[in-house]
Formats: sequence, C-alpha cells, structure tokens
Amino acid sequence: MMSDTDTLSALQQQVREAFESTSPLAITGSGSKSFLGVPGKGTPLSTSDHCGVVSYEPEELVLTARAGTPLDELEMLLTEKRQMLAFEPPRFGRGATLGGTIACGLSGPRAPYCGTARDFVLGTRILNGRGEYLRFGGEVMKNVAGYDVSRLMTGAFGTLGVLMEISLKVLPVPECELTLILDASASEAIDRMNRWAGLPIPLSATCHTDEQLYLRLSGPEAAVAEARKRIGGDNMEEGKSDFWAALREHTPGFFNGPESLWRISLPSATPPLPLSGEWLTEWGGAQRWLRSDEDSSRICETIAKNGGHTLRFRAGAKAPEAGPPRLSGPLLALHRRLKQAFDPAGILNPGRLFPES
Amino acid sequence: MNPVANNSRSWQPDDTDREDLLRELRRCLAADSVLSDPEALAPYECDGLSVYRRLPLAVVLPETVEQVQAIMRLCARLKVPVVARGAGTGLSGGALPLADGVLLSLAKFTRVLEINPLERWARVEPGVRNIVISESVAEHGLYYAPDPSSQIACSIGGNVAENSGGVHCLKYGLTVHNILALGIITAEGEYLRIGGLAPNNPGYDLLALFTGSEGMLGIIVDVTVKLLPKPEYAQVLLAGFPSLGAAGTAVGRIIAEGIIPAGLEMMDNAATRAAEDFIHAGYPVDAAAILLCELDGVEAEVTAQTDKVRGILEGCGADHLQTAIDEAERMRLWAGRKAAFPAVGRISPDYYCMDGTIPRRHLAVVLEKISRLAEEYSLPVVNVFHAGDGNLHPLILFDANREGELAQAEALGGQILEVCVEMGGTITGEHGVGIEKLNQMCVQFPEPELRQFHAVKAAFDADGLLNPGKAVPTLHRCAEFGAMHIHHGKLPFPELERF
Repeated sequence: MMSDTDTLSALQQQVREAFESTSPLAITGSGSKSFLGVPGKGTPLSTSDHCGVVSYEPEELVLTARAGTPLDELEMLLTEKRQMLAFEPPRFGRGATLGGTIACGLSGPRAPYCGTARDFVLGTRILNGRGEYLRFGGEVMKNVAGYDVSRLMTGAFGTLGVLMEISLKVLPVPECELTLILDASASEAIDRMNRWAGLPIPLSATCHTDEQLYLRLSGPEAAVAEARKRIGGDNMEEGKSDFWAALREHTPGFFNGPESLWRISLPSATPPLPLSGEWLTEWGGAQRWLRSDEDSSRICETIAKNGGHTLRFRAGAKAPEAGPPRLSGPLLALHRRLKQAFDPAGILNPGRLFPES
Repeated sequence: MNPVANNSRSWQPDDTDREDLLRELRRCLAADSVLSDPEALAPYECDGLSVYRRLPLAVVLPETVEQVQAIMRLCARLKVPVVARGAGTGLSGGALPLADGVLLSLAKFTRVLEINPLERWARVEPGVRNIVISESVAEHGLYYAPDPSSQIACSIGGNVAENSGGVHCLKYGLTVHNILALGIITAEGEYLRIGGLAPNNPGYDLLALFTGSEGMLGIIVDVTVKLLPKPEYAQVLLAGFPSLGAAGTAVGRIIAEGIIPAGLEMMDNAATRAAEDFIHAGYPVDAAAILLCELDGVEAEVTAQTDKVRGILEGCGADHLQTAIDEAERMRLWAGRKAAFPAVGRISPDYYCMDGTIPRRHLAVVLEKISRLAEEYSLPVVNVFHAGDGNLHPLILFDANREGELAQAEALGGQILEVCVEMGGTITGEHGVGIEKLNQMCVQFPEPELRQFHAVKAAFDADGLLNPGKAVPTLHRCAEFGAMHIHHGKLPFPELERF
C-alpha cells in the first residue's frame, strides 16, 4: 500500500510563522542523511508525511511525487514498468525519502555514465523562505522558460526552499546487465576506466578496490555481449550482482573503519595520489573514497593541487570537528546573495551548506 | 524588500554621455573593435528573430577576457546596459540590442583552448561554433552531442545561454547535461569559474542555473564541454501514418518498450510535402504524419532494435515503412527533416516558428486545437515535432508585406503557446523567452514565481545591467497583459468565445 497524504497547508503555515518570527527551521525527511555536512539547527520541519506519487506516466518517462515519498516505494512502482531512477540514489538508511535525496543531490554508481541527480530533475514545487508555494520547471523533458530553479534546488540541502514535489525523468531498465572483474593496480584501473569510457562501450559503473577492477555493462544484449568480448576479464558470479547496490549504500567493509571517510572528487584521469589510507575509486576515476586519519588540511591541499575537492563524508573517531570550509571569496558572496533571494529571513536550514554570515 | 526595484537604471544619456562612453570604450580595446556608425551597427540590429530590430549605441568586439572585464567594469560604473551576443542565430530575440546600450559580441572568441581526449572534455571560447567542437575532436572518436539545427552557425556560448537542444537530446540530453564548467564575467567585471572537471562541486549548482539564463546573469567567456564516444553505427526508419494520433501512439509505444531512440522526429502532412518538394528525400506525401526514428550503437544492437521498432510501427498502423538501405539513404532521409524550415520558407513569404513543449500523450489534442486556432486566424500552420521529448515547432505561415499579418501571426503564436501551458507543457522547449515570449511568461508563471526570478537576477546583477527587459517580464507588464488572462491559461470566463 502506497502512502499518500498532503500536508502542504500545515507546512506552509509553519514556514510562514517562522518567517514572521525569524526563527530557524531544520528541514528533515527520514533523517537518513543527517550525518552529512553541518548539522541542522532550528525547530524541526518534517516533510516525511507529505508523501505519495502525484503522477507517473511510463510512456512519457516522467514521475512526480511528494517529497516525503520513500525511495523504496518509488522504485517498486518503477520496477513494475521496467523503469528506474537512473542516477541510482543511495539511501544510507531506512525510509530515505525523495525530498532528502534531491536536497542532498547524491548519486550512485551509474551517475558518470547516465547523469547525476540534477540531470533527472525536471520540475519542483517548493516553499521558499517566505512560505510562498512556488512551481518551477514542469513535467516535460525540454523547458527553458525562466531560470532553472529546479536543478538549483538539487544539492542545496534545503537552504533555498523546502522541496514539496519533484518531477523526475526516469529511464527504462537496461535489457541486460553484466559485471566483469579484472586484476588491475590503481593506476592501471584509472587508465582503463578512462580509455574504455571513450569507446562506444555500454559502461554503466566502474569501481576499483583491492587490486580489482569491476566494470558493469548495461544495454541491449547484443551491445553487452560485444563489449564483453572486447574487454575480457571474468564474469561476476550470478547473485553477486548486488555488488553495486552495496557500494552505493556504503555497506562493504571498506566504508566501515574508525577513520574519517573522505569523498574525493577529481578530474577522472588523475593518477593515484600519495595520501596514506585506504582507497576505493569509482565513477571512472572521478569519485574516490579515502579512509584516513591523515590531517584534513593536508588532504584538502593535496586534492586542490590536483584540480579536485574534498568532502569529509563521515567523521572518524579521532577527528570529530567539522571539515574545512568549501566555499570562499566572490563565490561564497554569491551563494549568500542567492540564499537571501530565496530566504530573506535566513530561516531555512541556516548554515547547513555553508556559513551564511 | 522588493528585488524588482533594484533593477531600476539611471543611464539616460545625452549626446555628451554617449561620446564619453564611446571614448572610454575605445580605451578598453582597439578603436576598430568599437563600432558606432549606423552602417557598421546594422548587422547587429537583430538576431534570428528578425521581426524585432533595433540599433545599439555601440557594438564592442573584445578579443580577450581582460577586455570583457574592462568593458563590464566601465558599464557597471556608468550603469550602461549590456547585451551579449554570440553568433546571432537565436530565435527569440534574446540578443536584440538596447537603443542606449552596448552590444557585446563574442564573435572574436573562436579558439579551441584545450582538448583532453582521455578525460573526454574540451575547453573552448564562447564564439566557437557548435559543429567545430565535434570536428576538432573527431580524430579521437569523440563528439559533442547537442546538435541544434543551426549547428553549423550557432556558437557554444549562445548554446549555453539558451540551453540548446537538437534532434538527439532525448537520448543524449540538452546543453545543461553536456557541459562541465564555465568561466563567466559578472556584471561588476569579476571572473568567476563555476562547475569544474571534478564532479560534486561544492555549493549550489550554479552551472545549471547559468545554463539557459539568456545572458541575464553574466557573460560567458569559456566553456568546458563533455565529449562522448561516437556511436559505431546508426540506422534510421521512416514510417508514414494515416493519422497524427497513430503516429503519436507509436512514439509512446517505442519508449514504453524500453527503447530510447537517438532521434525521434515527426512531421505533419504539410511539413512532409514541403520538405519532399524541396529535398526529394522519398517521403510518403500522402501520409497524415511521418516519423523518423534513429537508432545508434554497435551494429548488432542497432539491427536488433530496428526489428523491434519495425514491429511496433506496423502494430500502430504505419502504412509506409522503410529502413535506410545505406548511409547515403540515411543521410537523405534526415536531410528532409533538417531542411524542413527552409522548405517551409519556399511555400510562404514568411513563417513564424513556435517552440512549445507538451506531455506527448496530449499531442493529438494539441494539434487539433492548433488547427482550429489556425482556421480562426486564417493562417496556415505546419507542424514539425521533436516527438521523443514533446517539443513542438508549429510554423505559422504569413506574409509580412500584408498589413496586419505579422501581428496576427504573433497573436496566433501566443495562443498556441497558451494551449501548451494549458495542457501541462511549457512555452519554450529550446529557443528561449527572449523578447518574444514575455507575455506568455505571464501565463506560465504566477506573480510570486516571477518575483523569485527577479530576485535571482538581482543576486547576480543588482543594477539590472545584463540584458535587461528579456527572459522574465516585469510584474507591471504582466498586470497589463493579465487584463485578458489569469494564470495557467484559464480565462476568467472560459465559456465565452474570444478571438
């Protein structure tokens, strides 16, 4: 049974009152990603009861649902029609909601080959910081009327508006999927991931860990078969195909150590970097995970020198303090002005994404 | 706080101010890169929407980023409005100059700065033509996917400003899905880099916000685009249908079967005839509608999918079905579609191209409404349709030399766009709002949304100097226009007939 309730008027009332009294709100869904970034401060504003699928048109590849709708429910519905959320959003906990997924803007293993969360957002309905209920974008693939506020909301951590409804582009489930395993060092793996991504091969996920390179192929059977011949390696055993779901959810042992977990984003062909700790490389080399107790400023400097940036995804036992600031200068000033434009009283998840003053 | 009020400008120049501005501009860049003679300005009086024309005070043609910065700093100090222009192929009047403003042409920024075949990106200057990117990287087996029909002429900077699409965007996405980073010059003349080669950029997705912002938020001075591997093989099917409804059903069925074609285009009978007369592509001229469906990938995959699509098309009642026997025939079948606009240009002195998008399932209803409106206005309408993604290009045929016909064509166009909004679609899929669709923006968006757009603009450009008057209408304009309308296309008294 799918949940279906509309709590717009209560939420709108709460945001309006918070605007009038300039009292901060901490927007929450299921709380599955509350560990990310700076903790929210303020009166909780829960969107998890605002849930249900508003419309789903498989032939149009478009689904619209309220923010509190659990991702698991959406995926069940999509699976019936052999469709999927192609950006493979991680849950990181029970009951993860669509709203939280889009607000955090996280994407899974298919992202570098299919697109990230924002690439699939077609439209949103939001409450801005004045409590105005606004609609941007829509339910069509192509829409250039007005600024693309819907994609701007993706990954904004609710600091620009409370996500109420989201329209997404969905895609057909590939006819055939196959994972290959090859022995490779980190630098060989990075080189191969990049070279193969430049060939017409239906890659849909890549990962290097423990001296092994994992490659997922997705597409029509003929295309997968031909790519399989070209690449070689061993087929992953049947039944182990949840390797990618486990990677997406950070359940493999790699992610569970006492050290801090760093998400490192780099130009995809960057060679392995001399930072001590355990490495896992995915997204064709562009997203890497480092489990390390190394000094955070040394990590950030090394990555910045290589044209990338870092996020301390989970704090380790030895370093509970917040990670270093990620925005500065004119770009930070612009972020503050944009925040002001949507939330003049500064009540929506203040400080959750960047220091606002 | 009223963000709209921040957009007021104080530049109301007299002749001395104009002379001063020109003199200062000539200090920023070489004298022959500042144009002010009416004759020299003439080529810049309009973009691809030539029904709107106006001469700017000056045209500047900078060659370096520093020169763009100097121009912007000067204009910010004097509060002079600036309109950026790429190749001038835009179809919504987005690059229409302002009478006392500066028109900043990026035509001299034509260098491909860097190609990285391993990481599959290219960094180019904004004046580089769309097709040149693909040509420059072809030796690596790569290409830049978005291919607007003007791709031999339009520039990448303009593509970003409009979030251009093309016939392949159902499978490969729009400009916003195919760029990685931008260098922009702000209204104050500051250089900002947004996006980047690494994923997960910190902060807001400014790259998405900037794409399609129609020159309202900053001047694009470099663009880093994603490159994709060129598909090994492509095949095209041509199907003729006895009704538009049947063709529409076939489109839905193909997608519901899990096939995402590289291109999926529809033309109605009038468009088919015009294209056939012009190109002799071999189209069935008696069909009520034709569909072109392109599949790409490795050969075995394309062959398997071609069989599947054939079956679907037959099942939906196609009475003409043809698969290109070789590459030459494939190119010929596409040539007819790609020349549809000029083909229509041969059967009518003028045409006006609309750009609404609708949920595909409403196609038959929308086309029916369009044909009824066309009768009311006594102007023929020819339909070309990016069927896969619901982007409709009705072409209104008229004769600008006949008194009042342009106004009639514009009024009909406005009504067509309102039908798109009413059916849950949008007034523009890929051409932008520009100057052309400001009234229809009032139909698509209620006042609070428009106020929010103005506030976004003010966060980038507090003085409202970048392309003022385009893309987002003032609330005042909507109030005037709204005397006839209320939001979302619902008229105050829907039972009354209006002409």
